[in-house]
Amino acid sequence: MIAIVDYGVGNLFSLCCSFDAIGAQTVVTGDPEIIRRADKILLPGVGAFEDARRKLRESGLDKVVIEEAKKGKKLMGICLGMQMLFEKSYEYGEHEGLGLLRGSVIGMEGTLPAELKIPQIGWNALHITNAHPIFKYLKEGDFVYFVHSYYASGCEDSLLATCEYGKDICAAVAKENVCGTQFHPEKSGEVGLSILRAFAEW
Amino acid sequence: MITKRIIPCLDVKDGRVVKGTNFKGLSDVSSPVELAKLYSDSGADELVFYDITASSEGRAIFTDILAEAARNVFIPLTVGGGINTVADFDRVLKCGADKVSVNSGAIRNPSLIEEAAKLYGDQCVVISADIKRVDGGFRVFAKGGREDTGMEAISWIKRCVDMGAGEVVVNSIDTDGVKGGFDIELLKLVTEAVRVPVIASGGAGCCEHFVELFREIPDIDAGLAASIFHFGTVKIDELKAHLRANGINVRI
Repeated sequence: MIAIVDYGVGNLFSLCCSFDAIGAQTVVTGDPEIIRRADKILLPGVGAFEDARRKLRESGLDKVVIEEAKKGKKLMGICLGMQMLFEKSYEYGEHEGLGLLRGSVIGMEGTLPAELKIPQIGWNALHITNAHPIFKYLKEGDFVYFVHSYYASGCEDSLLATCEYGKDICAAVAKENVCGTQFHPEKSGEVGLSILRAFAEW
Repeated sequence: MITKRIIPCLDVKDGRVVKGTNFKGLSDVSSPVELAKLYSDSGADELVFYDITASSEGRAIFTDILAEAARNVFIPLTVGGGINTVADFDRVLKCGADKVSVNSGAIRNPSLIEEAAKLYGDQCVVISADIKRVDGGFRVFAKGGREDTGMEAISWIKRCVDMGAGEVVVNSIDTDGVKGGFDIELLKLVTEAVRVPVIASGGAGCCEHFVELFREIPDIDAGLAASIFHFGTVKIDELKAHLRANGINVRI
Protein backbone atom coordinates (compact mmCIF):
# COMPACT_ATOMS: atom_id res chain seq x y z
CA MET A 1 0.00 0.00 0.00
CA ILE A 2 1.27 3.43 -1.00
CA ALA A 3 0.15 6.34 1.18
CA ILE A 4 -0.43 9.50 -0.85
CA VAL A 5 -0.02 12.28 1.68
CA ASP A 6 -3.05 14.57 1.68
CA TYR A 7 -2.20 17.86 3.38
CA GLY A 8 -4.70 20.05 1.55
CA VAL A 9 -2.58 21.04 -1.42
CA GLY A 10 -3.56 20.39 -4.99
CA ASN A 11 -5.85 17.68 -6.21
CA LEU A 12 -4.84 14.10 -6.20
CA PHE A 13 -7.41 12.72 -8.62
CA SER A 14 -5.04 12.22 -11.58
CA LEU A 15 -2.34 10.73 -9.39
CA CYS A 16 -4.77 8.16 -7.97
CA CYS A 17 -6.03 7.37 -11.49
CA SER A 18 -2.44 6.68 -12.61
CA PHE A 19 -1.78 4.25 -9.77
CA ASP A 20 -5.15 2.59 -10.45
CA ALA A 21 -4.13 2.17 -14.08
CA ILE A 22 -1.02 0.21 -13.12
CA GLY A 23 -2.89 -1.81 -10.49
CA ALA A 24 -1.02 -0.39 -7.50
CA GLN A 25 -2.91 0.08 -4.27
CA THR A 26 -2.95 3.59 -2.83
CA VAL A 27 -4.64 5.41 -0.03
CA VAL A 28 -5.04 9.19 0.03
CA THR A 29 -4.62 10.12 3.65
CA GLY A 30 -3.74 12.75 6.19
CA ASP A 31 -3.77 10.20 9.02
CA PRO A 32 -0.31 9.72 10.59
CA GLU A 33 -1.13 6.12 11.59
CA ILE A 34 -2.04 5.10 8.04
CA ILE A 35 1.12 6.77 6.72
CA ARG A 36 3.18 4.89 9.33
CA ARG A 37 1.59 1.58 8.37
CA ALA A 38 1.98 2.10 4.60
CA ASP A 39 4.75 0.34 2.64
CA LYS A 40 5.69 3.50 0.77
CA ILE A 41 4.93 7.19 0.92
CA LEU A 42 4.18 9.53 -1.95
CA LEU A 43 4.46 13.25 -1.29
CA PRO A 44 2.62 15.27 -3.96
CA GLY A 45 2.47 19.04 -4.30
CA VAL A 46 1.54 21.93 -6.53
CA GLY A 47 1.44 25.67 -5.97
CA ALA A 48 3.67 27.83 -3.80
CA PHE A 49 6.43 26.35 -1.61
CA GLU A 50 5.75 28.48 1.46
CA ASP A 51 2.02 27.67 1.51
CA ALA A 52 2.56 23.94 0.97
CA ARG A 53 5.35 23.76 3.54
CA ARG A 54 3.19 25.56 6.10
CA LYS A 55 0.25 23.21 5.52
CA LEU A 56 2.51 20.20 5.86
CA ARG A 57 3.90 21.61 9.13
CA GLU A 58 0.50 22.60 10.53
CA SER A 59 -0.87 19.15 9.83
CA GLY A 60 2.10 17.66 11.69
CA LEU A 61 2.64 15.34 8.74
CA ASP A 62 6.10 16.74 8.00
CA LYS A 63 7.41 15.05 11.17
CA VAL A 64 5.75 11.75 10.21
CA VAL A 65 7.23 11.84 6.70
CA ILE A 66 10.71 12.68 8.04
CA GLU A 67 10.57 9.97 10.73
CA GLU A 68 9.38 7.30 8.31
CA ALA A 69 11.97 8.27 5.70
CA LYS A 70 14.73 8.14 8.32
CA LYS A 71 13.56 4.66 9.32
CA GLY A 72 14.15 3.63 5.72
CA LYS A 73 10.62 3.71 4.28
CA LYS A 74 10.62 4.43 0.56
CA LEU A 75 9.46 7.94 -0.19
CA MET A 76 8.84 9.67 -3.50
CA GLY A 77 8.16 13.38 -3.96
CA ILE A 78 6.57 14.76 -7.11
CA CYS A 79 7.07 18.33 -8.36
CA LEU A 80 6.69 20.60 -5.32
CA GLY A 81 6.70 17.42 -3.24
CA MET A 82 10.21 16.73 -4.56
CA GLN A 83 11.30 20.32 -3.93
CA MET A 84 10.25 20.02 -0.29
CA LEU A 85 12.67 17.12 0.23
CA PHE A 86 15.61 19.56 0.06
CA GLU A 87 17.10 21.74 2.77
CA LYS A 88 15.84 25.08 1.55
CA SER A 89 13.80 26.93 -1.04
CA TYR A 90 14.31 30.48 -2.19
CA GLU A 91 10.82 30.86 -3.64
CA TYR A 92 9.62 34.30 -2.42
CA GLY A 93 12.02 34.49 0.50
CA GLU A 94 13.88 31.71 2.22
CA HIS A 95 12.06 28.64 3.54
CA GLU A 96 13.15 25.49 5.30
CA GLY A 97 12.50 22.22 3.49
CA LEU A 98 12.32 18.75 5.03
CA GLY A 99 16.09 18.41 4.76
CA LEU A 100 16.05 14.80 3.57
CA LEU A 101 18.23 15.63 0.56
CA ARG A 102 21.17 17.98 0.23
CA GLY A 103 20.54 21.02 -1.95
CA SER A 104 18.18 23.95 -2.34
CA VAL A 105 15.44 25.13 -4.67
CA ILE A 106 16.07 28.27 -6.72
CA GLY A 107 14.13 30.30 -9.29
CA MET A 108 14.55 30.12 -13.07
CA GLU A 109 14.30 33.91 -13.15
CA GLY A 110 17.83 35.28 -13.19
CA THR A 111 19.55 31.88 -13.20
CA LEU A 112 18.59 30.73 -16.72
CA PRO A 113 19.00 32.60 -20.03
CA ALA A 114 16.60 35.56 -20.23
CA GLU A 115 14.94 34.44 -23.46
CA LEU A 116 13.51 31.30 -21.85
CA LYS A 117 9.87 31.14 -20.92
CA ILE A 118 8.95 30.84 -17.27
CA PRO A 119 7.36 28.50 -16.23
CA GLN A 120 8.78 25.63 -18.24
CA ILE A 121 5.55 23.98 -19.46
CA GLY A 122 5.72 20.95 -21.70
CA TRP A 123 7.50 17.75 -22.62
CA ASN A 124 11.26 17.58 -22.29
CA ALA A 125 13.74 14.74 -22.74
CA LEU A 126 15.43 13.11 -19.75
CA HIS A 127 19.18 12.72 -19.62
CA ILE A 128 19.80 9.93 -17.14
CA THR A 129 22.92 10.58 -15.06
CA ASN A 130 22.56 7.65 -12.64
CA ALA A 131 20.77 4.32 -12.81
CA HIS A 132 18.03 3.77 -10.24
CA PRO A 133 15.23 1.23 -9.59
CA ILE A 134 12.51 3.87 -10.30
CA PHE A 135 14.01 4.31 -13.77
CA LYS A 136 14.29 0.60 -14.54
CA TYR A 137 11.80 0.77 -17.45
CA LEU A 138 13.20 4.06 -18.79
CA LYS A 139 15.60 4.81 -21.58
CA GLU A 140 17.80 7.79 -22.27
CA GLY A 141 15.90 10.57 -24.04
CA ASP A 142 12.41 9.51 -22.92
CA PHE A 143 10.04 12.47 -22.70
CA VAL A 144 8.23 13.57 -19.56
CA TYR A 145 5.92 16.48 -18.73
CA PHE A 146 7.19 19.47 -16.72
CA VAL A 147 5.42 22.45 -15.18
CA HIS A 148 7.65 24.56 -12.93
CA SER A 149 9.32 27.91 -12.34
CA TYR A 150 11.81 26.74 -9.68
CA TYR A 151 14.33 23.91 -9.71
CA ALA A 152 16.71 22.10 -7.37
CA SER A 153 20.35 23.15 -7.29
CA GLY A 154 23.40 21.89 -5.42
CA CYS A 155 21.94 18.38 -5.44
CA GLU A 156 24.83 16.62 -7.24
CA ASP A 157 25.02 13.84 -4.65
CA SER A 158 21.43 12.74 -5.37
CA LEU A 159 21.04 13.66 -9.05
CA LEU A 160 19.42 10.95 -11.20
CA ALA A 161 18.41 12.81 -14.34
CA THR A 162 18.50 16.25 -15.91
CA CYS A 163 16.62 18.02 -18.67
CA GLU A 164 17.98 20.77 -20.89
CA TYR A 165 16.25 24.10 -20.35
CA GLY A 166 18.82 26.79 -21.11
CA LYS A 167 21.24 24.55 -19.21
CA ASP A 168 21.02 21.08 -17.68
CA ILE A 169 18.66 21.35 -14.73
CA CYS A 170 17.57 18.79 -12.14
CA ALA A 171 14.74 16.52 -13.32
CA ALA A 172 14.94 13.66 -10.80
CA VAL A 173 16.84 12.77 -7.63
CA ALA A 174 17.33 9.83 -5.31
CA LYS A 175 19.44 8.97 -2.30
CA GLU A 176 19.00 5.72 -0.47
CA ASN A 177 15.27 5.28 0.17
CA VAL A 178 14.22 8.83 -0.83
CA CYS A 179 13.54 9.86 -4.42
CA GLY A 180 11.72 12.55 -6.34
CA THR A 181 10.82 13.88 -9.76
CA GLN A 182 10.49 17.51 -10.80
CA PHE A 183 8.24 16.41 -13.67
CA HIS A 184 4.77 14.85 -13.38
CA PRO A 185 4.89 11.07 -14.00
CA GLU A 186 1.07 10.97 -13.72
CA LYS A 187 0.88 13.27 -16.75
CA SER A 188 3.73 11.77 -18.76
CA GLY A 189 1.87 9.06 -20.65
CA GLU A 190 3.26 5.51 -20.74
CA VAL A 191 6.74 6.68 -19.72
CA GLY A 192 5.32 8.29 -16.59
CA LEU A 193 3.23 5.24 -15.71
CA SER A 194 6.35 3.09 -16.02
CA ILE A 195 8.08 5.25 -13.41
CA LEU A 196 5.13 4.91 -11.02
CA ARG A 197 5.09 1.15 -11.65
CA ALA A 198 8.81 0.97 -10.90
CA PHE A 199 8.26 2.94 -7.69
CA ALA A 200 5.44 0.57 -6.69
CA GLU A 201 7.76 -2.39 -7.33
CA TRP A 202 10.86 -0.83 -5.69
CA MET B 1 15.22 20.75 -25.07
CA ILE B 2 11.54 21.40 -24.61
CA THR B 3 9.45 20.11 -27.49
CA LYS B 4 6.75 21.79 -29.56
CA ARG B 5 3.32 20.55 -28.55
CA ILE B 6 0.46 19.31 -30.72
CA ILE B 7 -2.94 19.71 -29.09
CA PRO B 8 -6.26 18.38 -30.39
CA CYS B 9 -9.33 20.22 -29.15
CA LEU B 10 -12.58 18.34 -28.47
CA ASP B 11 -15.78 20.39 -28.42
CA VAL B 12 -18.20 18.51 -26.21
CA LYS B 13 -21.97 19.02 -26.20
CA ASP B 14 -24.38 16.87 -24.22
CA GLY B 15 -21.68 14.26 -23.76
CA ARG B 16 -20.67 13.95 -27.42
CA VAL B 17 -17.85 15.39 -29.50
CA VAL B 18 -19.30 17.89 -31.91
CA LYS B 19 -18.00 18.00 -35.49
CA GLY B 20 -18.07 14.74 -37.38
CA THR B 21 -15.35 12.20 -37.18
CA ASN B 22 -14.52 9.38 -39.52
CA PHE B 23 -12.09 7.18 -37.68
CA LYS B 24 -11.86 3.57 -38.61
CA GLY B 25 -11.61 1.18 -35.72
CA LEU B 26 -13.40 3.40 -33.25
CA SER B 27 -16.62 1.86 -32.05
CA ASP B 28 -18.04 5.23 -31.10
CA VAL B 29 -16.61 8.10 -33.10
CA SER B 30 -18.25 10.83 -31.07
CA SER B 31 -17.33 9.47 -27.65
CA PRO B 32 -14.98 12.02 -26.06
CA VAL B 33 -13.26 9.33 -23.99
CA GLU B 34 -12.64 7.02 -26.99
CA LEU B 35 -11.32 9.92 -29.04
CA ALA B 36 -9.13 11.15 -26.18
CA LYS B 37 -7.57 7.67 -25.88
CA LEU B 38 -6.96 7.48 -29.62
CA TYR B 39 -5.30 10.91 -29.68
CA SER B 40 -3.17 10.12 -26.64
CA ASP B 41 -2.05 6.81 -28.21
CA SER B 42 -1.17 8.54 -31.47
CA GLY B 43 1.08 11.06 -29.72
CA ALA B 44 -1.02 14.10 -28.76
CA ASP B 45 0.91 16.09 -26.17
CA GLU B 46 -2.11 17.45 -24.40
CA LEU B 47 -5.88 17.56 -24.87
CA VAL B 48 -8.37 20.40 -24.64
CA PHE B 49 -11.95 19.62 -23.68
CA TYR B 50 -14.23 22.47 -24.55
CA ASP B 51 -17.66 22.42 -22.94
CA ILE B 52 -20.19 23.97 -25.29
CA THR B 53 -23.31 22.88 -23.43
CA ALA B 54 -25.54 25.51 -21.97
CA SER B 55 -27.73 23.44 -19.65
CA SER B 56 -26.84 22.39 -16.13
CA GLU B 57 -27.57 18.73 -17.00
CA GLY B 58 -25.12 19.06 -19.87
CA ARG B 59 -22.56 20.49 -17.48
CA ALA B 60 -22.89 17.53 -15.12
CA ILE B 61 -22.47 15.09 -18.03
CA PHE B 62 -19.38 17.03 -19.10
CA THR B 63 -17.67 16.66 -15.72
CA ASP B 64 -18.49 12.93 -15.68
CA ILE B 65 -16.85 12.59 -19.09
CA LEU B 66 -13.85 14.59 -17.97
CA ALA B 67 -13.35 12.29 -14.98
CA GLU B 68 -13.68 9.24 -17.22
CA ALA B 69 -11.07 10.70 -19.61
CA ALA B 70 -8.73 11.37 -16.68
CA ARG B 71 -9.05 7.71 -15.64
CA ASN B 72 -7.94 6.61 -19.11
CA VAL B 73 -5.59 9.23 -20.48
CA PHE B 74 -2.38 10.23 -18.73
CA ILE B 75 -1.42 13.42 -20.51
CA PRO B 76 -2.30 16.99 -19.47
CA LEU B 77 -5.96 17.95 -19.84
CA THR B 78 -7.12 21.53 -20.28
CA VAL B 79 -10.77 22.41 -19.84
CA GLY B 80 -12.55 25.45 -21.24
CA GLY B 81 -16.06 26.67 -21.85
CA GLY B 82 -18.42 28.12 -19.30
CA ILE B 83 -15.71 29.04 -16.79
CA ASN B 84 -17.04 32.11 -15.02
CA THR B 85 -16.17 31.69 -11.37
CA VAL B 86 -13.59 30.14 -9.07
CA ALA B 87 -16.23 27.49 -8.31
CA ASP B 88 -16.11 26.51 -11.99
CA PHE B 89 -12.34 26.07 -11.68
CA ASP B 90 -12.86 23.89 -8.63
CA ARG B 91 -15.53 21.78 -10.36
CA VAL B 92 -13.31 20.81 -13.32
CA LEU B 93 -10.02 20.53 -11.40
CA LYS B 94 -11.62 17.97 -9.09
CA CYS B 95 -12.55 15.89 -12.12
CA GLY B 96 -9.04 15.67 -13.48
CA ALA B 97 -8.38 18.93 -15.37
CA ASP B 98 -4.80 20.18 -15.05
CA LYS B 99 -5.36 23.58 -16.60
CA VAL B 100 -8.45 25.70 -17.00
CA SER B 101 -8.94 28.12 -19.83
CA VAL B 102 -10.97 31.28 -19.44
CA ASN B 103 -12.34 33.48 -22.21
CA SER B 104 -15.63 35.39 -21.91
CA GLY B 105 -15.62 34.80 -18.16
CA ALA B 106 -12.39 36.79 -17.85
CA ILE B 107 -13.69 39.55 -20.13
CA ARG B 108 -16.74 39.98 -17.88
CA ASN B 109 -14.70 39.72 -14.71
CA PRO B 110 -10.92 40.12 -15.21
CA SER B 111 -10.23 39.58 -11.49
CA LEU B 112 -11.21 35.91 -12.04
CA ILE B 113 -7.69 35.40 -13.43
CA GLU B 114 -6.07 36.88 -10.34
CA GLU B 115 -8.25 34.94 -7.93
CA ALA B 116 -7.73 31.64 -9.73
CA ALA B 117 -3.97 32.15 -10.10
CA LYS B 118 -3.67 32.80 -6.36
CA LEU B 119 -5.66 29.68 -5.49
CA TYR B 120 -4.34 27.22 -8.05
CA GLY B 121 -1.10 28.74 -9.34
CA ASP B 122 -0.31 30.59 -12.60
CA GLN B 123 0.37 27.31 -14.40
CA CYS B 124 -3.27 26.36 -14.00
CA VAL B 125 -4.78 29.47 -15.59
CA VAL B 126 -4.91 29.73 -19.38
CA ILE B 127 -6.24 32.84 -21.10
CA SER B 128 -7.94 32.00 -24.35
CA ALA B 129 -8.61 34.97 -26.62
CA ASP B 130 -10.73 35.10 -29.80
CA ILE B 131 -9.13 37.78 -31.95
CA LYS B 132 -10.20 39.45 -35.20
CA ARG B 133 -8.88 42.27 -37.36
CA VAL B 134 -11.03 45.41 -37.10
CA ASP B 135 -10.07 48.76 -38.71
CA GLY B 136 -6.44 47.74 -39.16
CA GLY B 137 -6.02 46.60 -35.51
CA PHE B 138 -6.60 43.42 -33.55
CA ARG B 139 -9.67 43.25 -31.32
CA VAL B 140 -10.82 40.79 -28.68
CA PHE B 141 -14.20 39.19 -29.32
CA ALA B 142 -16.49 37.64 -26.70
CA LYS B 143 -19.27 35.04 -26.72
CA GLY B 144 -17.62 32.58 -29.05
CA GLY B 145 -16.44 35.27 -31.44
CA ARG B 146 -19.83 36.91 -31.93
CA GLU B 147 -19.36 40.12 -29.98
CA ASP B 148 -16.70 42.82 -30.49
CA THR B 149 -15.53 43.95 -27.03
CA GLY B 150 -13.70 46.94 -28.50
CA MET B 151 -10.56 45.93 -26.55
CA GLU B 152 -7.18 45.92 -28.28
CA ALA B 153 -5.98 42.30 -28.32
CA ILE B 154 -2.29 42.52 -27.44
CA SER B 155 -2.80 44.81 -24.46
CA TRP B 156 -5.62 42.56 -23.21
CA ILE B 157 -3.39 39.50 -23.36
CA LYS B 158 -0.55 41.34 -21.60
CA ARG B 159 -2.96 42.43 -18.90
CA CYS B 160 -4.15 38.83 -18.41
CA VAL B 161 -0.57 37.56 -18.12
CA ASP B 162 0.24 40.32 -15.61
CA MET B 163 -2.76 39.19 -13.57
CA GLY B 164 -1.42 35.63 -13.48
CA ALA B 165 -2.37 33.72 -16.64
CA GLY B 166 0.39 31.16 -17.16
CA GLU B 167 -0.35 30.32 -20.77
CA VAL B 168 -2.09 31.97 -23.74
CA VAL B 169 -4.25 30.41 -26.45
CA VAL B 170 -4.64 32.70 -29.46
CA ASN B 171 -7.65 31.88 -31.65
CA SER B 172 -7.62 33.87 -34.85
CA ILE B 173 -11.19 34.35 -36.05
CA ASP B 174 -9.86 35.52 -39.44
CA THR B 175 -8.03 32.28 -40.18
CA ASP B 176 -10.36 29.90 -38.29
CA GLY B 177 -12.10 27.41 -40.58
CA VAL B 178 -10.31 28.71 -43.67
CA LYS B 179 -7.65 25.94 -43.53
CA GLY B 180 -5.13 28.29 -45.16
CA GLY B 181 -2.60 28.23 -42.29
CA PHE B 182 -2.19 29.82 -38.87
CA ASP B 183 -2.34 33.60 -38.39
CA ILE B 184 1.43 34.19 -38.37
CA GLU B 185 1.18 37.99 -38.19
CA LEU B 186 -1.02 37.97 -35.07
CA LEU B 187 0.87 35.13 -33.36
CA LYS B 188 4.21 36.91 -33.83
CA LEU B 189 2.84 39.98 -32.10
CA VAL B 190 1.61 37.91 -29.15
CA THR B 191 4.86 35.93 -28.68
CA GLU B 192 6.81 39.21 -28.75
CA ALA B 193 4.51 40.70 -26.10
CA VAL B 194 4.51 38.00 -23.43
CA ARG B 195 7.00 35.60 -21.84
CA VAL B 196 4.62 32.73 -21.04
CA PRO B 197 3.91 29.84 -23.43
CA VAL B 198 1.70 30.72 -26.42
CA ILE B 199 -0.54 28.21 -28.22
CA ALA B 200 -1.62 28.90 -31.81
CA SER B 201 -5.18 28.10 -32.85
CA GLY B 202 -7.21 28.63 -35.97
CA GLY B 203 -6.32 27.94 -39.58
CA ALA B 204 -4.46 24.62 -39.73
CA GLY B 205 -5.44 22.68 -42.82
CA CYS B 206 -2.48 20.35 -43.37
CA CYS B 207 0.86 19.22 -41.89
CA GLU B 208 2.76 21.90 -43.75
CA HIS B 209 0.89 24.64 -41.86
CA PHE B 210 2.39 23.37 -38.60
CA VAL B 211 5.89 23.37 -40.14
CA GLU B 212 5.32 26.95 -41.28
CA LEU B 213 4.05 27.94 -37.80
CA PHE B 214 7.07 26.60 -35.91
CA ARG B 215 9.58 27.83 -38.53
CA GLU B 216 8.18 31.34 -38.82
CA ILE B 217 7.74 31.77 -35.06
CA PRO B 218 10.44 29.89 -33.11
CA ASP B 219 8.90 31.20 -29.87
CA ILE B 220 5.50 29.60 -30.39
CA ASP B 221 5.01 26.62 -28.07
CA ALA B 222 2.13 24.63 -29.49
CA GLY B 223 -0.33 24.24 -32.32
CA LEU B 224 -3.97 23.46 -31.58
CA ALA B 225 -6.58 22.18 -34.03
CA ALA B 226 -9.89 20.33 -34.01
CA SER B 227 -11.61 19.28 -37.21
CA ILE B 228 -8.51 18.32 -39.20
CA PHE B 229 -7.74 15.76 -36.50
CA HIS B 230 -11.37 14.66 -36.06
CA PHE B 231 -11.84 14.16 -39.82
CA GLY B 232 -8.52 12.38 -40.12
CA THR B 233 -7.20 14.93 -42.64
CA VAL B 234 -4.11 15.14 -40.46
CA LYS B 235 -3.04 12.19 -38.31
CA ILE B 236 -1.08 13.15 -35.23
CA ASP B 237 1.63 10.49 -35.54
CA GLU B 238 2.20 11.41 -39.19
CA LEU B 239 2.20 15.12 -38.35
CA LYS B 240 4.86 14.63 -35.69
CA ALA B 241 7.02 12.51 -37.97
CA HIS B 242 6.73 15.23 -40.62
CA LEU B 243 7.69 17.93 -38.11
CA ARG B 244 10.71 15.96 -36.95
CA ALA B 245 11.79 15.33 -40.56
CA ASN B 246 11.69 19.12 -40.95
CA GLY B 247 13.98 19.70 -38.00
CA ILE B 248 11.29 20.66 -35.49
CA ASN B 249 11.75 19.18 -32.02
CA VAL B 250 8.72 17.09 -31.09
CA ARG B 251 8.02 14.20 -28.75
CA ILE B 252 7.73 10.92 -30.62
